[in-house]
Amino acid sequence: MTDASVSPSRPLFRRLVERTGATIRFFIDGRPAEARAGDLLITAILTNRSDLRRFEFADGHRAGFCLMGACQDCWVDLADGRSVRSCSTLVEDGMHVLVDGRVNG
Amino acid sequence: MNAPFAPRVVVVGAGPAGLRATEVLAEAGLRPVLIDEAPRSGGQIYRRPPVGAERPATDLYGFEAGKAVALHDLLGRLGDRVDHRSATLVWAIEGRRLSLLGPEGPSVLDFDALVLATGAMDRVLPFPGWTLPGVFTLGAAQIALKAQGVAIGSKVALVGAGPLLPLVTRQYAKAGAEVALSLDATPFLPKLLHGPSMLASPSTLLKGLWYMAANAASGVPQRFGATGLRVEGDGRVEALVWRDGRGRDHRVACDAVGASFGLRSEIQLADLAGCRMEFDELTRQWRPIRTSEGRSTAPDVWLAGDGATIGGADVAELAGTRTALALLADRGIAVDTTRIARLDAALARQRRFRVAVEKAYPFPRALLDGLADDLMLCRCEGVTVGALRAAATTRGADEMNRLKAFTRIGMGRCQGRVCGQAAAEILAATLDRPIAEVGRLRGNPPVKPIPIGAFAGAFATEGERA
Repeated sequence: MTDASVSPSRPLFRRLVERTGATIRFFIDGRPAEARAGDLLITAILTNRSDLRRFEFADGHRAGFCLMGACQDCWVDLADGRSVRSCSTLVEDGMHVLVDGRVNG
Repeated sequence: MNAPFAPRVVVVGAGPAGLRATEVLAEAGLRPVLIDEAPRSGGQIYRRPPVGAERPATDLYGFEAGKAVALHDLLGRLGDRVDHRSATLVWAIEGRRLSLLGPEGPSVLDFDALVLATGAMDRVLPFPGWTLPGVFTLGAAQIALKAQGVAIGSKVALVGAGPLLPLVTRQYAKAGAEVALSLDATPFLPKLLHGPSMLASPSTLLKGLWYMAANAASGVPQRFGATGLRVEGDGRVEALVWRDGRGRDHRVACDAVGASFGLRSEIQLADLAGCRMEFDELTRQWRPIRTSEGRSTAPDVWLAGDGATIGGADVAELAGTRTALALLADRGIAVDTTRIARLDAALARQRRFRVAVEKAYPFPRALLDGLADDLMLCRCEGVTVGALRAAATTRGADEMNRLKAFTRIGMGRCQGRVCGQAAAEILAATLDRPIAEVGRLRGNPPVKPIPIGAFAGAFATEGERA
């Protein structure tokens, strides 16, 4: 569970249905990433890496849990200062998601 | 159509129950307000993908495609006979006033009658490793597929204690996901014992059996009566470990787990509306008291669907219609009594079926036996099982709200939706008392987190005061 050994770069979600819609370009911790139009932010992030945010109360990361807006596990920080629930927010072009990149921890 | 002094009826929840209630109220000319958190109507079981991620209904909903499409088309058919407010959260109820937060910001809405069709979420139980990235609820696994066309992992283990398990297993296998294991935390025997009683709804039973047979045919291992669940992994899921009925441990490699143990009603709004609750021994959970026609104990507050009693989507549709008809009759509006008799007969048949389902999938209480003190129970704030036990044994936390004050269990962002039931079970076991005696977490506004920034406009700006 220690952060040092985590390899978050491998995607968690696997696309089973390829969509032909527009490519959405967004950023995770400053690095460019791609998603599809119609992707929820949680899908956009977890098709690029295996977690969404650091857990505030102990070591480790979180990747969401219920996907229906009930558990509140998937809130992510955006570079513009907003926090959004990634299972009920669509990814948008140019969005900057902060997973580990938050300057003030 | 709208009568000049028509009562304002508000329906909360645009799933099967809320939509059917809305339909009856709209057809009676009441122009109900339908409020739902989601941008598109349908609820969870018939959840629609966002714009841009649409797929054919038969791919998304299988056998239930016809029902799903009928519900999805309902609001379009009713047009402006319904005041539909999507992407809107009801976050508080005080008396006859709802506090809302929608795309245009906060507002309040007064009602003459209220229909709560708030639905259900997965019932969650903690197990070692359940907070690792890659562990989701079973419902989440299904939503990922339905709403987004993704599997929660490349090699998925699915764990359940209800009819959702064979269904999601089938949907995953059919969509081309690799399902490493479909694991039922309830034993197989009760399914045989209560199978005959499920003939009260033969088509539902047959579908369930067909899913299991199809899963077997597609080579997905299905196992029953699992205990000792554990997810292993370093920063992400690597394997699921479980114990069979003979006490042998098994380990299956996977990179994601979808696990939950039946359903639990979303009762916070009913609580805030003043509905009295009762403890249901069969499902071991609290629910708002509801007459068979949908009346709660609070005046002019009506209940329908899984938010009141777990019954599934078909029951929710019937109950939504039935409840709205009762509401109309209550307001002195003529209703078709033959239709009501037919609905009541169908609901009675479904109730017999549901009792059999609950007995076929008994609550897997044994999963909570012997949990280690250092296991995280509250995933919002990382409160452990040990902290709960210490508060119970050394600080006199003898009921859930006292426990919450001492430990913060149920005080996190989810408001106890995820940990509440497990906490009650563990508290009752620690105190060696029946679970009903430790009570339940009271609902508190806001029922979900709301950004304080949304209310900035609600405060007067200095110098602008009249």
